[in-house]
Amino acid sequence: MGDHAVDALLRVGDSCLVLAQRLTAWCGHAPALEEDIALANVALDILGQARGLLTRAGEIEGAGRDEDALAYLRDAPDYRNLLLVEQPNGDYGTTMLRQLLFDAWAVELWPALVFSTDPVVAGIAGKAAKEAAYHVRHSASWVVRLGDGTEESHQRMLAALDMLWPYAGEAFLDDEVDVAAAESGLMPLPSSLLPAYRHRVESVLAEATLPVPPDPWWQRGGRQGSHGEHLTYLLAEMQVVHRAHPDATW
Amino acid sequence: MNASPEPGQRSTWPLWEVFVRSRSGLAHQHVGSLHAVDAEMAIANARDVYTRRGEGASLWVVPATSIVASDPDDKESFFGLDEEFRHPSHYVVPDGVVGI
Repeated sequence: MGDHAVDALLRVGDSCLVLAQRLTAWCGHAPALEEDIALANVALDILGQARGLLTRAGEIEGAGRDEDALAYLRDAPDYRNLLLVEQPNGDYGTTMLRQLLFDAWAVELWPALVFSTDPVVAGIAGKAAKEAAYHVRHSASWVVRLGDGTEESHQRMLAALDMLWPYAGEAFLDDEVDVAAAESGLMPLPSSLLPAYRHRVESVLAEATLPVPPDPWWQRGGRQGSHGEHLTYLLAEMQVVHRAHPDATW
Repeated sequence: MNASPEPGQRSTWPLWEVFVRSRSGLAHQHVGSLHAVDAEMAIANARDVYTRRGEGASLWVVPATSIVASDPDDKESFFGLDEEFRHPSHYVVPDGVVGI
């Protein structure tokens, strides 16, 4: 294993980290107390997944970087997350749709990663697969409730779908890093997860009385380090304390 | 589609009582309550609110309106009776009896 392994692990780990950071912004602001706790639980699960993968990526890289160094001391161009997860929270419906589009990928990815040739990754995946199965139930139920809810919630979900759909496909576009990672047995080929993903997402949208939009030109580049400006602000907030007080402990 | 609440009127989700069985063989114990729009959401919320630290192996949720409670005014007639003969405290247990 080498550079492709580090990159491949960061693509998943960074996606989890950035999404967890986005979700924690809801803490104390969700529409109901119960939902506030539920979303915080999801965010913590996903943050834990990120920590495991970043730690492992640092070990394989062999340059002495731990999870903190990778999370707090890289700038946006070094981040490998999906563009989907850096999109702003918007209203609760937008957050839940973004979550569904992520969870439906994660719930296919983690069970496949249980068979990774890297035993550490396989171990992380065993726990994460159970978490993702619950997450997708949660996000799917909200997309259905809001899509098939009131006239207002339906309109808002249509707007969220308009905004987020172009970001749904990036996770399944293979490049040379993915091919190398798949050949080494570290990870499944991203495109291999697409049929199950499409089936799940389309089923949820149908139940939510939301139309499945036609495939657009999928927004891409996040997994190669090209991000929108949203990520810069997100990282600034996430990293400011660590950078102001390097190596601080409590 | 459900009707939206009237403008200016805050809708409140119904209240549910939550029971958790900590492990097989034990009875479900009441742990608290929560708000949810339906049973499916109530179970999900109960999982998220009351079993975050591995407390449970099974959950019940019951609409709070389905709970029939005793009247506080009945406290004396229900519970205030002095019938201590119902306690097994007036028997002399002979020495040497085991298994009690």
